Amino acid sequence: MPVLVDFWAPWCGPCQTAGPVIEELAKEYEGKIKVGKLNVDENPKISEKYGILSIPTVIIFKNGEEVKRQVGFVGKEGYINLISNI
Amino acid sequence: MSASIYASRYKISHLIFGETPGGQGMLAGTVENYPGYVSISGPELMKNFVNQVKHYGVEIKQEKVGGLAKIENGFEVKTDKEKYQAKTLILAMGASFRHLNIPGEDKFLGRGVSYCTTCDIPLFRDKVVAIIGGGDSAVTGAIHASAFAKKVYIIHRRNEYRAEPVWVEKLKQSKNIEEILSTQITQISGGEKVESISLDKPYQGSQILKVDGVFIEVGQVPSSVLVGQLGVELDERSYIKVNPGMVTNIAGVFAAGDLAAIQGGILFRQFITAASDGARAAASVYQYLHKGQAPTPSWGK
Repeated sequence: MPVLVDFWAPWCGPCQTAGPVIEELAKEYEGKIKVGKLNVDENPKISEKYGILSIPTVIIFKNGEEVKRQVGFVGKEGYINLISNI
Repeated sequence: MSASIYASRYKISHLIFGETPGGQGMLAGTVENYPGYVSISGPELMKNFVNQVKHYGVEIKQEKVGGLAKIENGFEVKTDKEKYQAKTLILAMGASFRHLNIPGEDKFLGRGVSYCTTCDIPLFRDKVVAIIGGGDSAVTGAIHASAFAKKVYIIHRRNEYRAEPVWVEKLKQSKNIEEILSTQITQISGGEKVESISLDKPYQGSQILKVDGVFIEVGQVPSSVLVGQLGVELDERSYIKVNPGMVTNIAGVFAAGDLAAIQGGILFRQFITAASDGARAAASVYQYLHKGQAPTPSWGK
């Protein structure tokens, strides 16, 4: 099952907008895609490993490999497009 | 948001459309000129606005608006989900980031290039960054950046800032900020990530500056694309022309905030001016609905 990770931080305004949208998608795509979020402030090493230099960033992994990356908040429709194209 | 608060007080039933409640205010850093708050973050202030809107039971439709059209006795708003009808429209879509349009800008977006200093600067702890611009966003961005980055360059094409003098004074007091004035950035270069920028004239003997991040804060462009379908008149910079009552040239259509330009007034992009625009737009809507006619725009129609 593909995994979607939302890289966010509490100080970031657009991340606060993206958060509830990602949570809605997690419910709508339950059983089809696994959704998680990672606080970059608490996990600087993981963020660095994935080269996160701008948030919100959403990465979709398939079999452990990055297949899609979206930088910046793109609205629900934008994230749906991202998921549909994997 | 302020238009909604006033519309609620006027008992005008309405909906708010927008994918990002709070809009560009969600990207602002510290706000120290909004009355009632000595200092507050942009997202916090916007959250308060949204809460006040919701207090009146107003629904915020987080849907993408794809079209606006004139119909009999009003207007139609077409979103990615549904069609809605209304007697009047207040256009308050704000603005989006102005780009530099230089090589490397798009390529390194999210890999060292950012348009939101507040969001991304904590990811550049102990790094070297450049802030581009000379307005409030750039100068406050540089001050904020100086608390995280090892060194901050502020690069501005003019020889003086447009930012509030209070912020400029703070900028000059910061020990790790270097000012590069009357200079433009011409290219962003690197491998996987940003490694350097090119300048149009040498700084300390070199036109290449090694940086890990580039924060572009060079103002905004009005988000007025959708309004063409309505026949709303724009000025030469694509801002919607309004009179001091926020009335456009189309009866029943009003505009407020960063995408509206009051004819004859100065272009001032602040939380307080946007809030004031919204209040006046709601008052004009009330007047229009009660008299059944729009006040005549002041630029001679």
